[in-house]
Amino acid sequence: MSEPKRDRPWIMRTYAGHSTAKASNELYRTNLAKGQTGLSVAFDLPTQTGYDSDHPLARGEVGKVGVPVCHLGDMRTLFDGLPLERMNTSMTINATAPWLLALYVALAEERGENVAELRGTTQNDLVKEYLSRGTYVFAPGPSLKLTTDVVAFTVEKVPSWNPTNVCSYHLQEAGATPVQELAYALSTAIALLDATRTRVSPEIFPEVVGRISFFVNAGIRFVEELCKMRAFTELWERICRDRYGVTDEKLSRFRYGVQVNSLGLTEPQPENNIVRIVLEMLAVTLSKDARARAVQLPAWNEALGLPRPWDQQWSLRAQQILAFETDLLEHADLFTGSVVVEREVKALIDAAWAEVEEIERRGGVIQAVETGYLKQRLVESNAARLARIERGEQIVVGVNKYQESEPSPLVENLDEAILTVDASVEAEQIAGLNAWRQARDAGKVEASLRALKDAASKGDNVMPASIAAAHAGVTTGEWAAALREVFGEYRAPTGVAGATMPSGASDVERVATLRQTLDGLQTRLGRRPKMLVGKPGLDGHSNGAEQIAIKARDVGFDVVYEGIRVTPEQLVASALEEGVHLVGLSILSGSHLVLALDVLERMKEAGLSDVPVVVGGIIPEADAKRLLTAGVARVYTPKDFELSRIMEDLVALVAERDAA
Amino acid sequence: MPPEPTADALVELARGVRARDKASISRALNLVEDRRTSARSSVGTLLGALRDDAPRGTRVGLTGPPGVGKSSLAAALAREIRRTGRSVGIVAIDPSSVRSGGSLLGDRARMGFDPTDTSLFVRSLATGGEAGGLSWSTPAAVHVLAAAYDVVLVETTGVGQTETDVRHVADTVVLVIQPGSGDVLQFLKAGVMEIPDVIAVNKADHEALARRALADLRGALHSLSVVGVGRELPLVATSASTNLGVDALVAAIDTHREALAPTLAAHRAEGEAAWTTHLFVRLHGEHGVATLGGRAELARHVRDALATDAAPLAVAALSARYLAALSN
Repeated sequence: MSEPKRDRPWIMRTYAGHSTAKASNELYRTNLAKGQTGLSVAFDLPTQTGYDSDHPLARGEVGKVGVPVCHLGDMRTLFDGLPLERMNTSMTINATAPWLLALYVALAEERGENVAELRGTTQNDLVKEYLSRGTYVFAPGPSLKLTTDVVAFTVEKVPSWNPTNVCSYHLQEAGATPVQELAYALSTAIALLDATRTRVSPEIFPEVVGRISFFVNAGIRFVEELCKMRAFTELWERICRDRYGVTDEKLSRFRYGVQVNSLGLTEPQPENNIVRIVLEMLAVTLSKDARARAVQLPAWNEALGLPRPWDQQWSLRAQQILAFETDLLEHADLFTGSVVVEREVKALIDAAWAEVEEIERRGGVIQAVETGYLKQRLVESNAARLARIERGEQIVVGVNKYQESEPSPLVENLDEAILTVDASVEAEQIAGLNAWRQARDAGKVEASLRALKDAASKGDNVMPASIAAAHAGVTTGEWAAALREVFGEYRAPTGVAGATMPSGASDVERVATLRQTLDGLQTRLGRRPKMLVGKPGLDGHSNGAEQIAIKARDVGFDVVYEGIRVTPEQLVASALEEGVHLVGLSILSGSHLVLALDVLERMKEAGLSDVPVVVGGIIPEADAKRLLTAGVARVYTPKDFELSRIMEDLVALVAERDAA
Repeated sequence: MPPEPTADALVELARGVRARDKASISRALNLVEDRRTSARSSVGTLLGALRDDAPRGTRVGLTGPPGVGKSSLAAALAREIRRTGRSVGIVAIDPSSVRSGGSLLGDRARMGFDPTDTSLFVRSLATGGEAGGLSWSTPAAVHVLAAAYDVVLVETTGVGQTETDVRHVADTVVLVIQPGSGDVLQFLKAGVMEIPDVIAVNKADHEALARRALADLRGALHSLSVVGVGRELPLVATSASTNLGVDALVAAIDTHREALAPTLAAHRAEGEAAWTTHLFVRLHGEHGVATLGGRAELARHVRDALATDAAPLAVAALSARYLAALSN
């Protein structure tokens, strides 16, 4: 018997980058040596939001959730010894995508590599930034313009590049149901193509359609998720054909990459997460007709902190076992003709299409972002999800069921079971940045920034001016500041004010008791207990803060919620002016120590040391101890999933303070 | 529970408010929000101590239906007023949940102010179950801020009888609407809303849109004046996102306030009386009015009460009279 013909496996990546360009470069080399077939660059939050490492907002964030790239020099170090022509590089970059692509192109140019040969992806999807991830800088209008600049540039100059990766991934992380994930992602792609259509010639437009790719999530309900991918494929073909007249099978294929679900990974019994990750991977690989082009898996310990190289290797090995040991790639599509799968797919298609039409009626996705419609729907879905878990209707093993566990040898020494970024990294990065600024030609920098502003205000494509600026030695902060001058800075709707909480049956009593207690406190205090919910730093993952804010309102707090990216200084000013009884901080980027301690210090200076401060986030135990010692009243981590219990705690804190 | 502050402490607090010390202002606002009977005399002492300074601040009410961009416009106005060198206090009001009594006060961050600016202060208040667009303590909060800042902006929830309510605490009422929003004119025509002092057509993001919006509104107002409802009103097209027309809006507000100057004291007294009556009726209904001897008698009681107490304390005094009348 001859060897059966195997399909080519998907591209295997690991989302990686931390500390410095040098450390990340070493990590990429080892990952490639382990059989990884593509790179996935994680940038730190200052780079993602257009600040240099020495900006006040960057404090505590440099090198934390990814690599800092401030200038062409950092890009050289990051890809040292890695020929760009032979890489397939995915960059998780959005508001500053034109700039990071410009640095990548500039690096290829100075090395004499062929720019037309570059392969990879810039995420470059701002809609989900407003809704979930929070690293937007500009308003939806200018953001869409910058996205289409990248599309128009790459279609012409870097034809194999995926200029934008429309993301439904983060929508699921924000609580989206499969129907919402389908509808919102497809509506985003429609907005993008509608906007690009007017900017490129009709002959080239089908190619543009063919370059649109997607970045999708896969959750634990893996049968439904598998059907979701098939629904995506069919709906995308329909949109390409009916809306854009593209029928070429190659151009209308739903091309997508995946990072499987991080939202469902648990802090208790974290070893179970590897099982969840593998099951979720099946949803995006089993169907040949709707298989992912690239897969990256989270690590088992993501709910505890930043994963180490070994943790990431375990996830990569899971992919390799599925692709190379099993017989999956030897078969045609497994589900064609399956009655169950076809029925589920059709149901998803019908429901999602109705929602696509609803968004169209509301004037399209941009309009639906600006009015807060989409955000509000997501906040509601997420509240419903959390309520189901809290009531035990949705079982999460180790969290709300089967909590008893033998001690896990994997987390015996918890603080060594995660990666910690050395505190000296920030100073080292800033020193490098200062040296870079000293060494460059100031006149050239100024001239190239003027040209960039000029292009932006005239509505020209910013890519050529950005590439010139990259060569001239401009920094990330300078590039973004120039465009901030032209386009202004934007704050998206928080979506919390209009959102309603589902009233869960088993929770009703607890909530009623809480309301009574708060009414009683109001009588005693003379005014209603007031709480400030804040997200200091650059971390834009606001789902947790939003849920706390809504729940607090629902049990009877007056809640001041300020949205993302607030400085400690602003937070303390708000606490003072608003006369709050309690401050709650949410920080998920790993910079909780620096930021929370800064807030505490400033509160003391403002005479607010008697106002309790609580902190929530992905906070390792050792850090939690330090925070409590420094005066933080409570620390909450992902294992505290019962919002009602947190509320009982908070109410008790206010009562205690009153009694004191 | 903290002990009631002494008279000296209250005088000291008033001094802090006048000196624009944010901690003092915040404490003074906490105090006037305090609805305990035991806090009433302290509130009275504090408001009394600030009475001479309070006329200083110009009080501007911003009202209009939800979604027209009142918060963004308030922020743009505040920045423009700060640019002209004047200090600004803002009271931003949001609705309380009927079910829980809690609220989400979400807009302050979108204002994007400099936290180190000592001449700018924002306090969010929840309506706390009041039916109108203001909270119980709004007049007192405005009183405190007006003793500290040159201009006080009151941004209402935009639901209920907002426009009528805000008139009682503001010298100048700005109605904010969107281009092409015919509903508002229907309201004006039907007399549901009193005529504001200035109309701002917000979200006029570019010149052409602004011109068209103003022309539409002028036409509509003209047709109203033909049927005897409307009058000549300053109309300003604004865009909080591009800052278009914000300076013109400040100028229109200033012009209105100047024209009002000769009758300002009477205007404010009238506002306080109307607010006090309004609150009393809301608390005790028509039965309360009848018990105190009907509308005309109530008006006399209101004048009496306001001679010694500032609103909303006067309401407490009136309630006491009502309860006394009941037990007689």
